[in-house]
This record gives sequence, structure tokens and C-alpha cells, in this order.
Amino acid sequence: MLRFLIRRALGALVVLILISAITYGLFWAVPRDPAMLSCGRDCTASALKIIHHNLGTDEPIYLQYWHYMVGIFAGRHFPVGNCPAPCLGYSFDESTPVWPIITGRLPVTISLAIGGSVVFLIVGVGLGMIAAARRGKLIDKVATTLSMFMYSMQIYFLGPIALAILVYGLHLFNNPAYVPFTENPWGWFVGLLIPWAVLATIFVGAYTRMTRSLLIEQFQEEHVKMARAKGMSTPFVFFRYAWRGALSMIITQFGMDFSSLLGGAIITEYTFSLQGLGAFSVEATDKSDLPSIMGIMLFGAALIVIFNAAIDACYAVIDPRVRLN
Amino acid sequence: MINKPPADPNSDTGTSVGTMPDEEGEAQGPVARESLSPGKLAWRRFRRDRTGMLSLYIVLAFFLAALLAPVVSMLYGKNPYTQYGVNENLLNSFGYPLKPNGGISGQFWFGLEPPYGKDVFTELFYGMRTSIGIGVALTILIIITSVVLGLLAGYLGGWVDYVVMRVADLLMAFPQQLFFIAFIPVLSALFFSPRVQTPTWFRVTILIVVMWFLSWMAVARILRSAVLSMREREFVEAAKLSGASTWRIIRKEILPNMTTPIVVQGTLLLPTMVSAEAGLSFLGVGVQQPTPDWGRMFQTGAAVYQSDITYMVFPTVTMIVFVIAFNLLGDSVRDALDPKSAR
Repeated sequence: MLRFLIRRALGALVVLILISAITYGLFWAVPRDPAMLSCGRDCTASALKIIHHNLGTDEPIYLQYWHYMVGIFAGRHFPVGNCPAPCLGYSFDESTPVWPIITGRLPVTISLAIGGSVVFLIVGVGLGMIAAARRGKLIDKVATTLSMFMYSMQIYFLGPIALAILVYGLHLFNNPAYVPFTENPWGWFVGLLIPWAVLATIFVGAYTRMTRSLLIEQFQEEHVKMARAKGMSTPFVFFRYAWRGALSMIITQFGMDFSSLLGGAIITEYTFSLQGLGAFSVEATDKSDLPSIMGIMLFGAALIVIFNAAIDACYAVIDPRVRLN
Repeated sequence: MINKPPADPNSDTGTSVGTMPDEEGEAQGPVARESLSPGKLAWRRFRRDRTGMLSLYIVLAFFLAALLAPVVSMLYGKNPYTQYGVNENLLNSFGYPLKPNGGISGQFWFGLEPPYGKDVFTELFYGMRTSIGIGVALTILIIITSVVLGLLAGYLGGWVDYVVMRVADLLMAFPQQLFFIAFIPVLSALFFSPRVQTPTWFRVTILIVVMWFLSWMAVARILRSAVLSMREREFVEAAKLSGASTWRIIRKEILPNMTTPIVVQGTLLLPTMVSAEAGLSFLGVGVQQPTPDWGRMFQTGAAVYQSDITYMVFPTVTMIVFVIAFNLLGDSVRDALDPKSAR
């Protein structure tokens, strides 16, 4: 286990270094001047030079990248300000280091991701299990049709329509807003209810379909048939054999979805005007705030890599057939 | 798209080792007992699937609508660029149509779009044309990339496999949507100054290239594992033993047997790509004004839904129908091509 963890950690580190190099290269090595963008319309040569110096772009690209990577661990000093230890760059638009912006926005994104995941895991996987257990019955047909319908939904129209009906039509809710959980748990819950429901709807369809087909596949496995044949009860076979076989695939998918949600549910946050990481990345793109985009990109990639490694480690617990080497 | 059965790879040689060996009980009646290619059998099964046929007709109707957008515009006598509301004084001071329900009338069937009063009906047709066009181009590109890489990695194995798979892993660790919204403007600005209007063809090309770059990995993996399982089969060994070259084995033995996963993945991919493109345009990084786009209609709809939900209705209904029809078609195609798959 320890050897596996060390090897995975090293692999993850290599991936992150490559991703940062690629992203950095694509952003800064392009024959275009990022300083020009932050300089504005009436840009003089001397102003450009100062910006270059502030950005650190008066050095060769490999040195810039090296400073960037060292800065993540050791912090950096820019002429305009200090950037302490996990320094993911300095946003000149916001006049602060990128890392505090990310941590400041993160609670919104985490709340959105966790709440949405709880809903779609319970509803989606549950519906899939019921459909598989009652295959061919009425409830299966309803669940399959419903999941196909939800699978075809998109946040960018479901969100506005949900708001139009629930907020502006029936006045059942206030406009979704983020209230920190520590301040007002109830306000936090009510404020995020619509975004959770909309976000979950998109995933419920996919999870229902996946769970159902995985379980049906499992029912055809020899060991599951065998368990039935020797007279074990249906619920026992269902949970002890079929469910365990399907679980690893569901967890893999969930790990991928959850880590990408944590990196910023961009369209959801944009639709509901929630000030999370996703909304921040759209703002940063609008303003061509390259250090911020670079920081979020690296942060998101790190989340994806870490979650993937964690899920691989989970396999050994769920599925004893998997060996970690 | 899917209205023609995949060609049978071995019908002319008489050997059927390379075909799907599951057609015994499936033949329909005594007439069908004579040799039927797997493609024809699949087509028969598909024809009997009523949901599949209905969704096929709907999907074809969408493609037709997209292709014939200029004809529709000509017959209807309007285009998606003219600002009818401004020109003909049909808007109030806030830019909304004077008539209720988004200005739906005998003259403008789906209403006028704020703030300039463009015609929604033709915009919808042209918008679907843009989005479906980009989706089709992306699907074709991704399938070609995945087939090539899947074949190389799966059949050659060794270091080729290692490199391809590690690159795929690496690209899968990129936050996809973030990458799209960050790089499309950067790449556009690379060739055209942000102060001038980027030509539409260029913006579309950038969009396709960037989305393609981060979308091929999942399909490539699936096709690679299909190749891996096929590489060990007897007919490939037989071909190898009789001295066939690698290129010949790939072309004549493996590729024909990949038809099923390729077609199935293609049908699943297309609606995803269309809605992803629309999502980017919704966020404002996709296709720019004045080119009509399905996703940008949602953007307009979302901007004004508090005053008038009408603008949300037409793009939403069409997109739901399109995606559902395509997903149902995908399921039916898989059932027809691979009857053993449990569903």
C-alpha cells in the first residue's frame, strides 16, 4: 500500500509538472505580449517595460517558469507586492496574489459540488438500483424514460427556466445566493437548493443509466447466478454480490465528476451568479488575467490528479481482486 | 448519417472469420437463411426498432433543417442578421418587442430578439446549423484521431502504446472546460488583435481545434481496448501466420471489426459535442456576434428571462428534442449492432 501511494504520488507530481509546463508555455511562449493586454489602449514603451518587469516577463521563458515553480513552494517577491508560500502567481488586475483569491472562492464551489453530488448520488444511483432490480416492470420504464430525459438536459437552459418558474413565477424561493455555512446553515441550505437541484438533474440521468446497466451486467455474471442458484435471498445477492461488482465503476465515474466540479462548475456558477472558482475563471478570461487563469488551471489539474490517485487507492478496499502494483 | 448499414468486410472473400459470430438465431424466416451480411442483419434489427426509426427520422430532420437554413430563410423572406425591430420600430424603449410573448406574430413566427429585434425563427435555423456543423466536424475529427491512435496503441503495443496512453492520461488531467474558456480567446488573440473583429471561419476553426485537443482521449481508450481484445483473436493470428503485413491486418482484419464501436461512439459523441459547443457560446467564448449560434440564443434567453421567458423556449425545446433523439438513436444503434449487449 505504502509503495503504491509513493509511486502514485510521484506519478501525480510528474503529471502536474508537465501540465504546468504546457499551460505556462501556451500562455507565455506564444508570440504575443501578455503585457500588452494589461497595458491598455494608450500604452507607452516605458509603461510596457515596467509591466514587463512587474510580470517578470523580461526574463527568458525557462527562467520565468522556474521562478514560477519555485514560487509555489517558497513564495515570491514581485515589485508590486509580496506573494507568500503557495504562490500561484500574482494577479495584476486584482492586485493580490492568486492563491488567496482561489481559497476565498473555494467555499462556494465546494458547497455547490458537495450538495449537488449528494443529491445526484442518492437519487441517481438509487433510481438505477430500483430500475435494475425491477427490470422490465413499470417502475423500470419510468426510471429509464426519466433518466433519458434528464440526461438530455443542459444547465444553461434548465437553470434559467428553474429560476423563472420557482423564483420569479411562483415566488417560492429567493434568488440563489451563497451564505457561508458557518454563519447561517439554514440560509446556506436554502440559498443553494436550486443550483443543487439543477446541477444534480444533469448528473442523475447519467448515473441512473450507468448504475442500471452495470447492475444488469453483474446479474449475468457466473458468481451472481451461482449465488442465486444455491438459494441465497435476492436482497443478499443484490447487495453482497452484484452491488459490490458495480461499485468500483460508479466510484471511478464519481471521482472524475467530483474533481471536475471542484475545479469549478463553470456553467452552473455563471448561470446562478454564484461567485465560485468557475465564475472567477470566466471573469479572469474576460479580463485576460493570465496569472489567475494559470493558477486556477493548475489548481483544478491538481484536484483531478489527486482524486484519481485517491480513487485508485479506494479500489483495493472495495474490490479485493485489485492488486496495487 | 446512420441510414446505411456498415459494409460487410468479408462478403467478397467468402471467409466470415472476421465478422460478428452471433447471427444464428437472428435470421428472419426461411428467406433470410441465405447469406446475409452482419450489416444487413443489423439494419433489419434496427428497422424493427420503432423508437430507433423515429429518432433516426428526427435526427435526419435536424440535419436537413441545418443544411436547408438558407432555403428556409429565402422562403420565409427574412434573415438572421437584419435588425427588423429597430428598422421597423417594433421595439419599446427597453429593446423589447411591443407585442406580447416576445413579439410573436404572423410576420415573425418565433418573435423578435431583444435588443435589436432580430428574427428568432431564422436565427434558430442558422444557429442550429452553426452548432450542429461544429459538432459534426468535431465528431469526425475525434473519431479519426481515436481510430488512428487506438489502432497504433492497441495493435503495436510496446512503447507506442505507452506513449499514447500516457499522453491521454496527461490530457485527461486538464480541467477541460476551463482549458476551453481560457485558450480560445488566447489563441484568437494570437492571430488577430482583440481590437478587430475576428473572422467567423477563424473563430470556428479555433473552437474546433481547442475542443478536439482535449476531447479524443476517452474514445481513443475505448477503441484501443477493442483493438486489444481483437489482436488475440484467431482470425488475426491466422492472417499473421499466412504472412499478411501489419498494415494489411489492420486494414482488412481489424478495422472492419471496429465498425460497431466506432458507430456507437460516434452517435454518443455528437450530441455531447453539440451541447458542449453551445455551452461555450453561452459563456461567451464560442461563436461571436453576428454569426447565429444555438448556444448564444440561450445566452440571450438567460439575459432576459426575468422579463420574458419566450426566448428560452424555442432553443430549449429544439435542443432537448435533438439530444434525446440522438441518445435514443445511439441506444438503438448499439442494440442493432451488438444484440448481446445488456440494456
